Amino acid sequence: MNPILFHLLTIVILLAALLTVASMLIWGERRLLALWQDRYGPNRVGPLGLGQVVADIVKILAKEDWIPPFADKAVFQIAPGVILVATMTAFAVVPFAPGLAVADVNVGLLFFLAMSSMSVYSVALAGWSSNDKYSLLGSMRAISQMVSYEVFMGLSLMGVVIQVGSFRLGDIVLAQQRLWFALPQFLGLVVFFIAGLAETRRIPYDLPEAENELVAGYHTEYSGMKFASFFLGEYVGVTLFSSLVTTLFLGGWLGPVLPPLVWFILKTVLLVCLFILVRGSLPRPRYDQLMAMGWKIMLPLSLANLLVTGAIVLAREGAR
Amino acid sequence: MFTAIRTLFQVFLHGFRRRYTVQYPEQRRYLPPRWRGRIILSRDKKGNERCVACYLCAAACPVGCIALGATQDEHGRRYPEFFRINFSRCIFCGYCEEACPTYAIQLTPDYEMSEYQRPGMVYEKEDLLIDGEGKYKDYDFYQVAAVSIKDKGKGQGLNERPPVDVRGLLP
Amino acid sequence: MLTIYIHNEPYRVKAGINLLEACLSLGFNVPYFCWHPAIKSVGACRQCAVKVFKGPEDTRGTLLMSCVVPVADGMRISIDDPEAVHFRARVIEWLMLNHPHDCPVCDEGGECHLQDMTVMTGHVQRRTRFPKRTHVNQDLGPFVAHEMNRCIQCYRCQRFYCDYAGGRDFGVFGWHDGVYFGRAQSGTLQSEFAGNLVEVCPTGVFTDKSLAQHYTRKWDLTTGPSICVHCGLGCNTIPGARYGQLRRVYSRFNSQVNGYFLCDRGRYGYEFVNSDRRILQPRLRQEDGSLAPVAKAQALAFVGQALQRGKAIGIGSPRASLETNFALRKLVGAEHYFQGESAQKSAISEAILDCLQRGPTPTVSLHEVETCDAVLLLGEDVLNTAPMLGLAIRQASRNQPLEEVARLNVPFWLDLVARLITQDQIGPIFIAATGATRLDGLARQIYRAAPDDLARIGLAIAHLVDPTAPEVSRLPDDAFSFAHPVAEVLKAAKRPLIVSGPSLGSVELIHAAANAAWALTRAGKDARLCYAAESCNSLGAAMLGGGDLTAALELLRSGQADTVLIVENDLRRHMPENDFEELLSLARCVIAVDHLEQATTQRAHCVLPAATFAEAEGTLINNEGRAQRFYKVLPPPAAVQESWRWMGELWVASGRGEASPWPNFDAIVAALASEFAIFKDVPALAPPASFRQVGQKIGRQPHRYSGRTAETADQTVFEPPPPEDADSALAFSMEGTPLEPPSALIPRYWAPGWNSLAALNKFQIEVGGPLHDGDPGQRLIAPKPYPQSPYFKDFVSPFARRPQQFLVVPHHHIYGSEPLSAASAPVASLCPKPYIALNGADAAAAGIAGADQEVVLSLAGASLRLSVILDSTLAASLAAVPAGIAPFEGLDLPAWGTIAAAPAGGQRGGGGS
Repeated sequence: MNPILFHLLTIVILLAALLTVASMLIWGERRLLALWQDRYGPNRVGPLGLGQVVADIVKILAKEDWIPPFADKAVFQIAPGVILVATMTAFAVVPFAPGLAVADVNVGLLFFLAMSSMSVYSVALAGWSSNDKYSLLGSMRAISQMVSYEVFMGLSLMGVVIQVGSFRLGDIVLAQQRLWFALPQFLGLVVFFIAGLAETRRIPYDLPEAENELVAGYHTEYSGMKFASFFLGEYVGVTLFSSLVTTLFLGGWLGPVLPPLVWFILKTVLLVCLFILVRGSLPRPRYDQLMAMGWKIMLPLSLANLLVTGAIVLAREGAR
Repeated sequence: MFTAIRTLFQVFLHGFRRRYTVQYPEQRRYLPPRWRGRIILSRDKKGNERCVACYLCAAACPVGCIALGATQDEHGRRYPEFFRINFSRCIFCGYCEEACPTYAIQLTPDYEMSEYQRPGMVYEKEDLLIDGEGKYKDYDFYQVAAVSIKDKGKGQGLNERPPVDVRGLLP
Repeated sequence: MLTIYIHNEPYRVKAGINLLEACLSLGFNVPYFCWHPAIKSVGACRQCAVKVFKGPEDTRGTLLMSCVVPVADGMRISIDDPEAVHFRARVIEWLMLNHPHDCPVCDEGGECHLQDMTVMTGHVQRRTRFPKRTHVNQDLGPFVAHEMNRCIQCYRCQRFYCDYAGGRDFGVFGWHDGVYFGRAQSGTLQSEFAGNLVEVCPTGVFTDKSLAQHYTRKWDLTTGPSICVHCGLGCNTIPGARYGQLRRVYSRFNSQVNGYFLCDRGRYGYEFVNSDRRILQPRLRQEDGSLAPVAKAQALAFVGQALQRGKAIGIGSPRASLETNFALRKLVGAEHYFQGESAQKSAISEAILDCLQRGPTPTVSLHEVETCDAVLLLGEDVLNTAPMLGLAIRQASRNQPLEEVARLNVPFWLDLVARLITQDQIGPIFIAATGATRLDGLARQIYRAAPDDLARIGLAIAHLVDPTAPEVSRLPDDAFSFAHPVAEVLKAAKRPLIVSGPSLGSVELIHAAANAAWALTRAGKDARLCYAAESCNSLGAAMLGGGDLTAALELLRSGQADTVLIVENDLRRHMPENDFEELLSLARCVIAVDHLEQATTQRAHCVLPAATFAEAEGTLINNEGRAQRFYKVLPPPAAVQESWRWMGELWVASGRGEASPWPNFDAIVAALASEFAIFKDVPALAPPASFRQVGQKIGRQPHRYSGRTAETADQTVFEPPPPEDADSALAFSMEGTPLEPPSALIPRYWAPGWNSLAALNKFQIEVGGPLHDGDPGQRLIAPKPYPQSPYFKDFVSPFARRPQQFLVVPHHHIYGSEPLSAASAPVASLCPKPYIALNGADAAAAGIAGADQEVVLSLAGASLRLSVILDSTLAASLAAVPAGIAPFEGLDLPAWGTIAAAPAGGQRGGGGS
């Protein structure tokens, strides 16, 4: 097969799959939340309520796409696109199975970090361009939250990088053939997962939205498809972080019996469920608690993790 | 941290519990007779409208969704010329029923009154009137009020003396 | 001022009042029933008990009825004393023993003094189990409904109806717990003030029958300050509207004008607003000759063209507001503006205005009439032309007898005692009229003669009072024997009052009354002069000037005018049929602006729908020159608008300007004031439209107004915002502050705990006194001090009989003579049929066998077939016909006519020549 054609096909399939997954998550999240809250969730439209996804999409497409007259129109329209593009692009470096990645580049992890940081622009621009006090407050929170949590998110991954000695995600997966990094890098896993919650602005780190204080935070003024873009971006983000955790800490596609892609998907789906479970369980912290947690606990922890990992790796190198 | 994990676990366990949701159109809950649902106007035993158009329900209504107009028949019996409830505004608080001195206006255990068009939520007197007495039996306001109406003259109500003979000289 | 201690706190109160008035004036809530601020104390209901202590060390005190205890300096009382509280609650319980379980179907409910007082005393639980007393009701006519079961025997109705208003057909029957208030038998109440029983009765025994057919609770009524338009006295009213319909009219307190009461014409005349004769759409004469409704733009374009093309004249109206007449005058130009009255009426209005402005004698408000102690009525049957003036004169008749009461040191407000002392004594009231008047029972002396002779009486009295006044020659003996004692009594009185009016159509009578009053003033008396006025704005129309209808007709005849714009006027009522027809045939285009269909609108080429008094705002000048403002109570129906606003739109439509010169009411009032010096104070009568209380307009709807989201739900569920009112500081909604509005804008009387009209206590400086920031309205004319006013010297020759002829004089009727109220169903049912009244001797001489005989009256070229009424009180050679009732409308009376027995057959009462 023509490699270019193969890559194009991969990209198309990946994008289609991602959008499907993200929209399915609308249904999945509601069903799961309902399950844990002793309810049913959407179960009327189609078998198991799966038609709800279609219904929601039709509804949101049919809604008026309104731009407030006081908004900065150009920026207002760009903002929701940025988050979708950024999170989707980050998927380019994720290896789903051996050889099944859009671009298994040697700086894959750095690329991911860069792309996930891009999504903050979306939120910042949305809040700023809405020209509305709640949106602005929401995006201010988002920026400071991102800036704080970006720091140790990157640091928490450095343990893995030190152990593997490569930024290429495929290498990282292959390095886990003996032992998933979840064990040696447990601290890194926890810190990265929490940072992921914050990066995707999921409960309990949804302070930029905080509907009971800020109406809907940075996307207060958004409606219709633009609003949907933010939502899709969030779900794609969730999927992205789940697949990253799978890749970095849970051995990626590695697993017995089943084909590698199935293993990868299985692990990712479980992690997505964990994201939803967290959302269904934990309350939103106060803003100062969020910052204190980031700077006073998470950063030292990830630094410590880095230090210990580095020391051990150095010690092993020395011993050899 | 520990409590957060414990919470996660406990919430996870809820996935194995019984669900409380009532699958509404198929399953229905029991509604007590005093449930505050759709408002009706009742009639007394003889089939006359109980409503005497006193405007107390309208005055009690916190959302002002009751409008009526009083008139009277040739015998002096008051009744509403029209009686309108805008159910798209009604909050089913039951104040109208509490205010009603004649048990005419009553709330019933029926809440299935959705409409596709808002004007359909505006009920006129003919939509509100039922043929029976509703929850409160055997009360006829005009029997305890002292005004005379058709078939009931002065002094013929409950607990009334016959009319005073103004020209009589007996003590 | 005295000091009394209530709950050991000192308060300053006026001397000479009773304790109840003092407490209420100070803002305390003391329950009461039988006391009424106008009909005073009798001490019958035992409800207003308070504890009175002998001194600071007296702890037991005595329970006294506060309405019969005069205030004394240093008095110590307690309203909240447990014994007094208990006493009052038990009195209520006792009054409620037989009170029926009726409130839901009682029209008083929600504004019931008994309800208020029951809540105030805290009696909440009925303990008695015994059967209740019942009564059979009476049919009291079209105005007042009767429900005796509800009676609590306070006697207010009897005291108002018989003692205060002089009614004779009402009384108290039965005894012990069967006391009955009513007539000897069912029948229409004869008093002109019977409707006040509705307001006077503290509970629902007497209720408004006109309201009952479209009953609305007080809390649902959209109300506003208004002025009665049914006679020239300008009584203040509160009309109430609901669902776009006028529902009732209640009195609005004005201590200078009508006080607490209204006459029945004013109270029940309102239904013309709801009449099916209302014009609600512009109408245009079609090709086929019919009048068809058209769009507003089409009508405006038609009228605009007509005004532009033709030589237009404008005919105003004495029943239209100042602003409307002024706008018309501006639209057509002062020289083409006519005030819309016949030459005779217009001359009388001008004479009245002239006498009030030029002479030294001040005129009177109704309240001041009550302070006069001798009254001469010259030719005016006030109870039929200006009923409230009659009520005021009745109060004035008590002033001299009350001097005896004062001499015995009995306070005048102790009504029962005062009436016991005065018995049947009445002060000096003298009546000179063409026939019997409704006040004859009060008169000390009565003189009946033709209008010219009545004028001579006035002149003679003037000469007897002041010999420098012109003398009347050839005064017959009977006239002198009336004039002499009248002059003597008037000279002896402290404040004599001369009353006359336009009803007999005689300018000489107006002048004679002025001469008499001026003579009294010159003789050093504090004399007063009062003229009744025919229409609600007669004096205002006279102040604006403009020619009469004869002049208008002349202009049309000369060809200098061919287009006639008639505003709120039925010309048929102001000119004879021939002239009316001639005017219509001369005019190329007739445009009528009015609210009711009438002869003129039926013949017009274009009719524009005008707002009635209830849908417009404006200023009216009453009979004493008092300017008063009225406001909308309901928004006008879609195509209807105020006449002055039509004039503004016609201004644009006729190409006079790009926009109306009067975009809103304040603008036209300002224009009016800047153009006429006499109206310079009119803008200050009431706050402007920009007035706000705490940033809010004043709500026309009470805060309990119900059904906001259902009222219009049958038409739309989108709940349109209430109509904006750009013309006043009042809003068509319940929004507003709970603060008391300025007195000219008070839309209703209500205070916490006081839902009935008695809440008025809380709006007055003192009980019965003026409203907190003064009574609304202002008199625009003032007397000129002596000696600028020479006497009128227009001597009238004595009335000369003509053989075979009768002088036909108009007799006014409270119901029927005024056109608007006659369109109100309850009033219409009491309007008289056309008749001709003759003195028995005259009738016999003319060969008329007796009453009910059909005769033909030939008058001013018309032959009218009428039935005869024999009236022995009518002066010789006079024939009386009902004024303003078809077929007599438009006739200039008095006029000479002949009477002949009618040939058999033919139609009764029909006009035509």
